[in-house]
Amino acid sequence: MSLWRNQLHGPTDPAKDAGWEDPPPRKGFFTDTSICIGCKACEVACKEWNQLPMDHLGMTGDSYDNTSALGASTWRHVAFVEQDAERVEQARESGRLLAEEGPAGGPATGPRTPVALGLPSLRPGLHRITEQDVSRAPATGLPLTGPGTHVDIGPEATDLEAAEMAARQAAVDGTLPDFRWLIASDVCKHCTHAGCLDVCPTGALFRTEFGTVVVQADVCNGCGYCVPACPFGVIERRDRPTDANGERLKTAVKNEGVAQKCTLCYDRLEIGAKPACAQACPTTSIQFGDLSEMRQRAEERVEALHTKGFTEARVYGGDELDGVGGTGSVFLLLDEPEVYGLPPDPRVTTADLPDIFRKAGFAAGSMLVGAAIAFLGARS
Amino acid sequence: MTVPYEPPATEPAPTPRREGRRKRRRQRDDVMVPTMEFESYYGRNIVKPAPWKAEIPAYLFLGGLAAGTGLLASGGEMTGRAELQRNARLVSLAALSGSTAVLVKDLGKPSRFLNMMRTVKLTSPMSIGTWILTGFGGFTGIAAATEVAKMVLPRPAKAELAFILPAATRVSSWGAGAFAAPLAAYTAVLLSDTATPTWHEAYRQLPFVFVGSALAASGGAAMITTSVDECGPARNVAVGGAVVDLVADAIMERHLGMLAEPMHEGRAGAYLRAAKVLTVAGAALTLIGGRRRPVAALAGAALLAGSACTRFGIFEAGIASAKDPRYTVEPQKARLAARREQQRQEAS
Ligand code: SF4
Ligand code: SF4
Repeated sequence: MSLWRNQLHGPTDPAKDAGWEDPPPRKGFFTDTSICIGCKACEVACKEWNQLPMDHLGMTGDSYDNTSALGASTWRHVAFVEQDAERVEQARESGRLLAEEGPAGGPATGPRTPVALGLPSLRPGLHRITEQDVSRAPATGLPLTGPGTHVDIGPEATDLEAAEMAARQAAVDGTLPDFRWLIASDVCKHCTHAGCLDVCPTGALFRTEFGTVVVQADVCNGCGYCVPACPFGVIERRDRPTDANGERLKTAVKNEGVAQKCTLCYDRLEIGAKPACAQACPTTSIQFGDLSEMRQRAEERVEALHTKGFTEARVYGGDELDGVGGTGSVFLLLDEPEVYGLPPDPRVTTADLPDIFRKAGFAAGSMLVGAAIAFLGARS
Repeated sequence: MTVPYEPPATEPAPTPRREGRRKRRRQRDDVMVPTMEFESYYGRNIVKPAPWKAEIPAYLFLGGLAAGTGLLASGGEMTGRAELQRNARLVSLAALSGSTAVLVKDLGKPSRFLNMMRTVKLTSPMSIGTWILTGFGGFTGIAAATEVAKMVLPRPAKAELAFILPAATRVSSWGAGAFAAPLAAYTAVLLSDTATPTWHEAYRQLPFVFVGSALAASGGAAMITTSVDECGPARNVAVGGAVVDLVADAIMERHLGMLAEPMHEGRAGAYLRAAKVLTVAGAALTLIGGRRRPVAALAGAALLAGSACTRFGIFEAGIASAKDPRYTVEPQKARLAARREQQRQEAS
């Protein structure tokens, strides 16, 4: 059983486990939700590149989210949450605790002590972390000077510093709405231990040399087992889409009845290109690269935000000691995962599989013994 | 739609409907009960429910019936109960054909079933189950064929086949017997090896519920089809199976805690209440009047119906648990909190 255990959970290199000899470094996403502006460019780029059919039309009334959820024809989903200050305080507190004590079950990172700031900017750490030099970016839409703002920006100040001061002043004046957005682009986690892949009976789901998880549409038989096996609710069997009136379309769509999800643009990766969503993201909220680097960037960015007092920031996924052996998609969140519709402590179901089989074995054994007794004890 | 800007004093930020919030409000005055508060994403499910329809619970029922009657047939063959052997084999084959038919219907195209045959995967209960079903099907096919041959072939033809018929009967009896118990138990693994909260957490007891349910149903089927004189083992199996089913279910519900809620609500609740009544009634009738044919038949029908209701109920309860984010989030948050507590204790 120890052989089983090593394969079913815990830290590992999934590409090597899958039999790839000398695979390239594992690839992954880092989605930094703190700089997501909700433009949905990732959703559109993904649909375009992967030629995903329309899934449903209509308004949900759930803030700006009319996409609803990841699914067979939605491989990037931008979530929108509108929050007030009370909730921000709670998020700040829970994030601070998380930083002090470390992820439960994982190593503690220790309290983050505020340090003297270097280059002032509204988005600390951006210079180090993203590929764009934001300091020379055009001024944002916030009014920096003029009627209604009492901001005196010195000659040395950057636009971003001025914007931050304007925001602070507005808070003092009471002209700043008691409101913040949470905007996050969700995607398949490309788990180290992927429930979807483990349970697939046909081998349609496989592990690529990049450590990602991909469905082969021509092998999938549509059994749908992967759908309830994913702890994140990502993969889905593609049904015939409905039109705006909820009527099923007359014509079949591509890969109908087959399970579908993000491939981390396997075709683009093979020619050395970035996934379509990362390519399209205008703010570098979606970053792509070697997974180890993605994890490091996430840690650094959270640390930078904490030193600025934004203790609501936290890393989600990527922790080798979590229930799925670490995700291939790492996120920076600004509140508890469930607020974004993510599971707070995901666990791959097959981690328990040896024990599940053992219990079933006892039951099967009891059935045999019981039947034998039933025959031996019968008088007629 | 945009929300016009207003100073915060007159209009607080819009609060979208959320399960967690509603719950908190309802329970606010009851301070003694610690409630797990959380904000969900517009009340939407986190894990996805299995995209399966009635075919799958029907498969669970028919597969269990095929397995149980297969076992009864083998027992009948080994203890010289020819009528029980014949009837149980035929019921088993019928149930097996039915279960394969619903599986294929679930997949949409028969050829798709063959995709399962391209690999053997230990981590996939569905792959394992396919091979168990195939093995059981092969032996049950032979077993049923020998019974049909014995019934329809003229005497001279039977004499000519005399060299093979007894051997075929014996081999298929052992073979089907060996595959029967795994077939009855693996369907529980199939449901439990998912992220569906109620199914997964039930993994310790669910195989016993399913095995008990399979025995009760097959005992019932034998009591309907076979004369009471040969049905002693079937009656034992029926009552024993019903008891195992009910006891394992009670332990399971206690262990599940809040995750047992979906088993008491809505359609799942209705199925499972009916299942209990039918199973108890069937077992009681078997004990009281199982040796009288009409009573035995009635008891058998109740047990069969009870088993079917058990499968549909457990199936629906799992689907309901996947659809409500509470069942995904609350146990996970409790798990996190417990680990955090342990960490604190170790640190101090
Ligand atoms: S997130 Fe779900 S679909 Fe994606 S790899 Fe993990 S288990 Fe599979
Ligand atoms: S639906 Fe397709 S990909 Fe999913 S488990 Fe079944 S065969 Fe595998």
